[in-house]
Amino acid sequence: MIYITIFIAAVFVNNIVLSQFLGICPFLGVSKKIETALGMSGAVAFVLTLSTIVTWLIQHYLLTPLHLDFLQTITFILVIAGLVQMLEIILKKISPSLYQALGVFLPLITTNCCLLGVAILVIQKNYGLLESAVFAFSTALGFGLALILFAGIREQLSYTKIPKSMQGMPIALIVAGLLAMAFMGFAGMV
Amino acid sequence: MKRNKLSVVLNGLITENPTFVLMLGMCPTLGTTSSALNGMGMGLATSFVLICSNMAISSVKNIIPDKVRIPSYIVIIATFVSLLQMVMQAYVPALYASLGIFIPLIVVNCIVLARAESFASKNSVFDSALDGLGIGLGFTIALTLLGSIRELFGTGKIFGMTVFPEQYGILVFVLAPGAFIVLGYLIAIINRIKKVS
Repeated sequence: MIYITIFIAAVFVNNIVLSQFLGICPFLGVSKKIETALGMSGAVAFVLTLSTIVTWLIQHYLLTPLHLDFLQTITFILVIAGLVQMLEIILKKISPSLYQALGVFLPLITTNCCLLGVAILVIQKNYGLLESAVFAFSTALGFGLALILFAGIREQLSYTKIPKSMQGMPIALIVAGLLAMAFMGFAGMV
Repeated sequence: MKRNKLSVVLNGLITENPTFVLMLGMCPTLGTTSSALNGMGMGLATSFVLICSNMAISSVKNIIPDKVRIPSYIVIIATFVSLLQMVMQAYVPALYASLGIFIPLIVVNCIVLARAESFASKNSVFDSALDGLGIGLGFTIALTLLGSIRELFGTGKIFGMTVFPEQYGILVFVLAPGAFIVLGYLIAIINRIKKVS
């Protein structure tokens, strides 16, 4: 039951992009087409779950026993950067087709604040390993949901007439705001 | 020469304002500006990291091999962020608590890495410090402005001082959607002003 609660909370109620403000850069950057949005969501789901599990293990079996908590930020970012690099090399070797689909997004992901954000959040929330993995995966799903919805709206937007000074980023931000307002309807569900 | 130094600072403040022109570092911009004070605190914290990391990177730029420069930059930035975390935890615990997760996330703020790569790795220590100052100030001003507008419309206050009674405030400005919408309109207004002049 607790896993279902975590799942619904992470996908809808506390959506990572629209109510936590993490991962805004890829949200605004790769949302011009639905296809790229799908690719990015897939890559994030994969890397986020993996990196959260790895950083959780490091925190609980390395940093906490050795009282090195103050090194959390620096360790996590290095581990995440290394992991993404390694994943890129492994994917290229083992599954070229998957690499083709996700490859271009992998380098972008290192600087996605979702990764470091979720890694720190699960430590703050005192989640167990399985809870953390579920939380990370559902957070990534929430990210994907927001990104794909947003990309769908933006594809339509490119056919509409918009005042000149509102074109591009301003209208995208306002649309994101309206989307966030819609997601506020989920508040209080869990 | 003096003019030149001033232009480095002004460049970050106006021509390359990180929020309104380059549109980098959107997460803290939207996430921490629910009040003017939080916005300013976040801006100053980022400025500190920017100035320190710019100076450090610029002073070791000749030693770092080209191939591993990005990881080295990230380690340098992460060091200053950890330092900042400890100092803030000790001296301004209330602000640290309200900014929460966004303080460690300065590490992945694109502005800091972008300045390291595009400015500090090519210029002298003093110029890099000035560039950090300019960009940092530009970021701080943008965040304070956004925070003030949201706080004013949301709760009727600016920096905690009452402007109009709180019951006339529009709650949505303080919540998540308000952040997106206010920033969207601000950028639209700036685009409009730029086109006229």
